[in-house]
Amino acid sequence: MTEPRLPPLAACLVAAIVAAAGSARAQTVESSSDRPQYPSTYVRHTYPPVAITNATIMTAAGAEIVHGSILLREGRIVAVGSDVQVPPDAIHVDGTGKYVTPGIIDPHSHLGVYAAPGTDAESDGNELTNPVMSEVWAEHSFWPQDPQIPLAIAGGVTTIQVLPGSGNLIGGRSAILKLIPARTVQEMKFPGARYGLKMACGENPKRVYGQRNQFPSTRMGNMAGYRSAFILAEAYRRRWDAWRTDHKGDPPERNLRLETLADVLRGTIYVQNHCYRADEMAQMLDLAREFGFKIRAFHHAVEAYKVADLLAQAGTAAVVWADWYGFKEEAMDGIQQNAALLQQAGARITLHSDDPGGIQRLNQEAGKAMYDGQRVGIPVTRDQALRWITANPAWVLGIDSIAGTLERGKMADVVIWSGDPFSVYAKALQVYNDGWLVYDRDDAAHQPRSDFELNQVSAPGSDR
Amino acid sequence: MIALLLLQTIAITGATVYPVSRPKLEHATVLIQNGKIAAVGTRVAIPAGATRIDATSMWVTPGLLDGSGQMGLVEIGAVTATRDAGMLTDTVAAAFNIAEGLNPASTLISITRIAGVTTALAMPETGLIRGQAVLIDLDGATIEAMIVKSPVAIVAELSEATKGAGGGSRAGAAARLRRVLDDALEYARRKADWTRGAIQPLAASAPDLAALAPVLRGELPLIVIANRRSDIATALRIAREYHLKLILAGAAEAWQMAAEIAQARVPVLVQPLNNVPSYDALSIRYANAALLVRAGVKVALLETNTHNARNLRQQAGNAVSYGMRWEEALRAVTLSPAEMFGVAARYGSLDSGKVANVVVWSGDPFELNTRVEHVFIRGTEIPLRSRQTELLERYRVLPPKY
Repeated sequence: MTEPRLPPLAACLVAAIVAAAGSARAQTVESSSDRPQYPSTYVRHTYPPVAITNATIMTAAGAEIVHGSILLREGRIVAVGSDVQVPPDAIHVDGTGKYVTPGIIDPHSHLGVYAAPGTDAESDGNELTNPVMSEVWAEHSFWPQDPQIPLAIAGGVTTIQVLPGSGNLIGGRSAILKLIPARTVQEMKFPGARYGLKMACGENPKRVYGQRNQFPSTRMGNMAGYRSAFILAEAYRRRWDAWRTDHKGDPPERNLRLETLADVLRGTIYVQNHCYRADEMAQMLDLAREFGFKIRAFHHAVEAYKVADLLAQAGTAAVVWADWYGFKEEAMDGIQQNAALLQQAGARITLHSDDPGGIQRLNQEAGKAMYDGQRVGIPVTRDQALRWITANPAWVLGIDSIAGTLERGKMADVVIWSGDPFSVYAKALQVYNDGWLVYDRDDAAHQPRSDFELNQVSAPGSDR
Repeated sequence: MIALLLLQTIAITGATVYPVSRPKLEHATVLIQNGKIAAVGTRVAIPAGATRIDATSMWVTPGLLDGSGQMGLVEIGAVTATRDAGMLTDTVAAAFNIAEGLNPASTLISITRIAGVTTALAMPETGLIRGQAVLIDLDGATIEAMIVKSPVAIVAELSEATKGAGGGSRAGAAARLRRVLDDALEYARRKADWTRGAIQPLAASAPDLAALAPVLRGELPLIVIANRRSDIATALRIAREYHLKLILAGAAEAWQMAAEIAQARVPVLVQPLNNVPSYDALSIRYANAALLVRAGVKVALLETNTHNARNLRQQAGNAVSYGMRWEEALRAVTLSPAEMFGVAARYGSLDSGKVANVVVWSGDPFELNTRVEHVFIRGTEIPLRSRQTELLERYRVLPPKY
């Protein structure tokens, strides 16, 4: 694990904005695609330095530090270890008997796009009007007042990938968000994070369109649909790359659908592929080879354990549940040792929730998946299991140099737990997001509530 | 062969035993004979020839009872061909008993029981009056062999999901439920007139009205699924009016009226891990179960998702996290539901004479690192195998040997 040496994020952000403004002034805008595209306006909340002392620190980057301390300052982890000095300007948090982990990262959420209270009016996750919908962006559906957001924060989650649904072959762009209370999605967008592209195998797309007697209605139809889309994207990418090189004549006409796919071909957007069955994952790996891109992760992947070797070889992560199975036919072969078997095969394993309830206890899900492996003799360490919900999802989202572990220089996304986070009885006591105390179980002043809840939801924020 | 198995004597020794009906016992023995619990204690004489199971440092509890779901009635959630829990053609289906829809060969049964859940309610799943729920043990080659009690209750629902049965209004649904209950009383009083065609048309079919008679006599419980506080209040009101033996289920906002529910002596079936607000339950919260128990309400804890029934113990552990005492949570997945479903004389605790549904755990049954060591259903040890353990064995080493 290399030590990240990054400039402060706020500085990165400012530099990016200045660069964008400067280029706009310097030359005539020839295409709207040269202007900023819905940029992040994320700003770190100022908060005093925090020193958590005498806790068990689980770094997701090696051994646990017993009686350890960690110092957060200006959004960064500036010290972690067994002999950290508490500076006079720091808020001192006594961590005796407590556990400290990186903030949890959920790489598969529909928060904000399938918001509570769950009516049709806010069902905004699946643009089911065409099987290829790479032109839609999840952030354009995202509702920051979703009352599910404070619940997930109280579960220790600091970053999420919000994905469009799986009813389309190509469902649209994901959004990588800091999980903080905010008025706009732009304020939550993880600065510098790349987009993901949601693709979906199997039952869902063929059912949605097959029921309408439309294409695709079979798994072979699904494959033809992806291939046809990427064939168009190849040509589109060539036209744009040529024009960007010589600026001869008018720019090509923008095509939102192909613009995103072209970025997949350029490797600047990660493919996040909903795929349950092992044989379909093998087909998708071949599709990626045909068009020269990488699939970053197979999501849900209940049969990933059957092709763990193929995934390890391809460098594609498996994003899985601890134990869900059976809710649909392609999920019938889910087993409790999926994660452990993949870990053993050397594949990159990540847990996910895909669920507003599950996102609140991903620590418990990691515990279950670890113990389910150990129980049958598959070795899984506590550090590996912690990585399943921190460092590894950070890699799936491409933010692993900035987030996902408790190492010096990393973003100060930190959770203090009442006990061992792999225990059913552990609860997040405090959650720091980029150094900001965003949740405190013992202090109503740090229990954010969505607008939706005001004078409408009478459950208090402390024990939900 | 069956007779031999029944005659088997098993002694689980050296364990920390939680009988539920009384305080825990250390270094205790649970003696199983003829499918029943023969003795529980620290000075149990073990008969010669008994199979001994050394459970030193292990914990022994009654098998867990999940008081919800569609165990045996659904194989694959999204495949209608494998679902048998809903009477889709009639929203008043009091006579619909789901027993003959049960599939003893369902793969979910072994997946669930090897996680320590030995008994489950199998519930009908749609309608204003959904039908009759039955209680099953998770073992048996035939429906008859699985059934513990049938029916256990008639299930009704007062929520946004059943407004349609009342023309689109909660008030309409409540009024329709009352019309059906009124007509069930009328039918019971004037069956001869009905047979002669001498009374006005009634609000439901004759079999449905007849099925409600034991409910109206207060003999068979009516489980009412209701989440919004006002819906729970409607259920309590109707139960008072008709002198029903009511069990509330779901009951997401019940914590707001815990004292009233306690006073009415109405027990409640709750899934602890629910806190996402909807217009059916805006004030839903994790602490619901604990707050009800604190007010004196009898509570049973549920895992309502049939496939996830094995996570009942995780539900109970989280109920403890959010305020229940550990012993209360154990009772809420064993003896309390057995009492609600009228089978406490046979189920729910480790007492002499009760059915030997027994689980041996490596430690605290609610804790995630705890393993199931042994499962006994009706005194027979259950092999810890399922379709999922066979998939694991097949794919443990790649490529698999087909």
